[in-house]
Amino acid sequence: MNIVTGFFYLFSTVLIASAVMVISARNPVHSVLFLILAFVNAAGLFLLLGAEFLAMILVIVYVGAVAVLFLFVVMMLDVDFAELKQGFLQYLPVGALIGIAVLVELVFVLGTWFQAPGELITRASAVKPGVSNTQALGQVLYTQYVYFFEISGLILLTAMIGAIVLTLRHKVGVKRQDIAQQVARTKETAMEVKKVPSRVGV
Amino acid sequence: MQSVIADYLPLVIFMALSLVIGGALLVAPFALAFKAPDSEKLSAYECGFKAFDDARMKFDIRFYLVSLLFIIFDLEVAFLFPWAIAFKDVGLFGFWAMIIFLGVLTIGFVYEWNKGALEWD
Amino acid sequence: MDPSFVFLGVLMMIVKGLALLVGLLIFVAYILLADRKIWAAVQLRRGPNVVGPWGLLQSFADMLKFVFKEPIVPSGANKGVFLLAPLVTSVLAMSAWAVIPLSSGWAIADLNVGILYIFAISSLGVYGVIMGGWASNSKYPFLGALRSAAQMVSYEVSIGFVLITVLLCSGSLNLTDIVEAQQSKWGLFGWYWLPLFPMFVIFFISALAETNRPPFDLPEAESELVAGFMVEYSSTPYLLFMMGEYVAILTMCAMTTILFMGGWLSPIPFSPFTAAWLAPIWFILKVSLVFFMFAMVKAFVPRYRYDQLMRLGWKVFLPLSLVGVVVVAGFLQFFGGVHG
Repeated sequence: MNIVTGFFYLFSTVLIASAVMVISARNPVHSVLFLILAFVNAAGLFLLLGAEFLAMILVIVYVGAVAVLFLFVVMMLDVDFAELKQGFLQYLPVGALIGIAVLVELVFVLGTWFQAPGELITRASAVKPGVSNTQALGQVLYTQYVYFFEISGLILLTAMIGAIVLTLRHKVGVKRQDIAQQVARTKETAMEVKKVPSRVGV
Repeated sequence: MQSVIADYLPLVIFMALSLVIGGALLVAPFALAFKAPDSEKLSAYECGFKAFDDARMKFDIRFYLVSLLFIIFDLEVAFLFPWAIAFKDVGLFGFWAMIIFLGVLTIGFVYEWNKGALEWD
Repeated sequence: MDPSFVFLGVLMMIVKGLALLVGLLIFVAYILLADRKIWAAVQLRRGPNVVGPWGLLQSFADMLKFVFKEPIVPSGANKGVFLLAPLVTSVLAMSAWAVIPLSSGWAIADLNVGILYIFAISSLGVYGVIMGGWASNSKYPFLGALRSAAQMVSYEVSIGFVLITVLLCSGSLNLTDIVEAQQSKWGLFGWYWLPLFPMFVIFFISALAETNRPPFDLPEAESELVAGFMVEYSSTPYLLFMMGEYVAILTMCAMTTILFMGGWLSPIPFSPFTAAWLAPIWFILKVSLVFFMFAMVKAFVPRYRYDQLMRLGWKVFLPLSLVGVVVVAGFLQFFGGVHG
């Protein structure tokens, strides 16, 4: 048990420290890199809970995909530090409001923990022994929670359409390769033999 | 809990070992090799002239779109993993549930194809 | 638990890990030489043949040369990220090998979610490239990194779908179980490459794109981007990038072997060939065979243009592999096992 506790404190310390660095780093790219470190440590915490599948999916989706997007966005920005600092004060009230909301939620979660510690443990150990984490998830996700599953599919569809509507701009006058047309070319369509009379030209 | 440690401790040790090997290789030339830097040697690579402007420029928004679409498909794959593992347990119902899910996303895929989001120019 | 017992256990893990890493790096050294030799042979050249008999020590000489080269960190670069990038690439590539079983039970960490771990590690591979390209603060590396990131990301989706088809057949995320699910009395013909042949082809080609191998080596297309994201690197930071790249290639070869070619199983399913001590040898032979295919592709196939590459990934492989998932699942659902 000692090793588990040790790793828990290691992961959570690094997680909190890198989360602080995300908002305090001067360079936005460094912020994103610290965010990645935070994600990886959160995955480590999931592992300690025995949630192997969630840990790996956290790394695959958040670190492997979402953070790549963040890096692209940050690299795309014309980084102007003075302007960023101005925005800081302007958005401070909104940020503080969200922060307080999250804090209140955390207090509620902690409250349940103190009120009924036994209940949480039984909920956490609903997986039957001998069934792996991933399999247990699969057994309920596509049967018992099928509506939520399909709704998440619809949300993904909306996200896909939204992404295209927001970012797709076609350039004008772009010449594209049409492979079918290339392959369909025959001698007749591609060239023409002309008899050129001398001293006249085509 | 013990099984998590038994499974992952070797992994952590292995990563630490590869970090040591990588780190040693990275540090070695700074300690061993001959160094004579000058300003031309340390300047950014360019074809024989001074760079006109900053190397970090704005780039095509298409890269952004590609990574957005990638997130969506990656999530789709993430949903498929537990399904493939529990395939025998969820039966015909689970099979059709997933086919509907994939069908919905195929609509999105057809939309993006028709919109030309997959074209690269 | 007795503390000395724990200490011994940890010591054993360190010894095993070191043995695997050293073996892996020596294998990489010879794979690199083989790559150059095969490429040379296709072009009727000799390839490296001076250092050691038949050039066998060439890679080690190269390594020593890199260690004694002057390390250059460009003055405009973000130094920390610049040096972190090659380290990230190589450490990630090496740590993937912790879960790869060389024989039954011969893995450093036989995780329940082994295949997800490999998928996660390979999706992190893109960071070394982006970080290196961005931190160099130079035009060519930046463009190379952008291209490379979009490319790796595009082909990862089809790799994901192909993995799903294999998982449907094997029913486990554990790499050892996946290999053992391919065991049958048909030997070579019981492995997944036969029933899942189209998926095998998609996986192989996507693996080429994912590891930036020719014909998809656009990030380092020397005719347009000089050396892509590695332009500013010299000395061992460059060596670490190269090493990471080749270890990642070997990981992909090993994954092809495990998923489609029966891992350590013998192709000939009767007695003298199925001996336990032969298993790791079969595995290494199969990995070498897949690498030979990688090297031959490099030698024959001209480089793709970037729009062709994106078209192949998004418009051909993505729909094909998605259809593959549905077909395999439907077949399993309505006709029982595909195991042939």
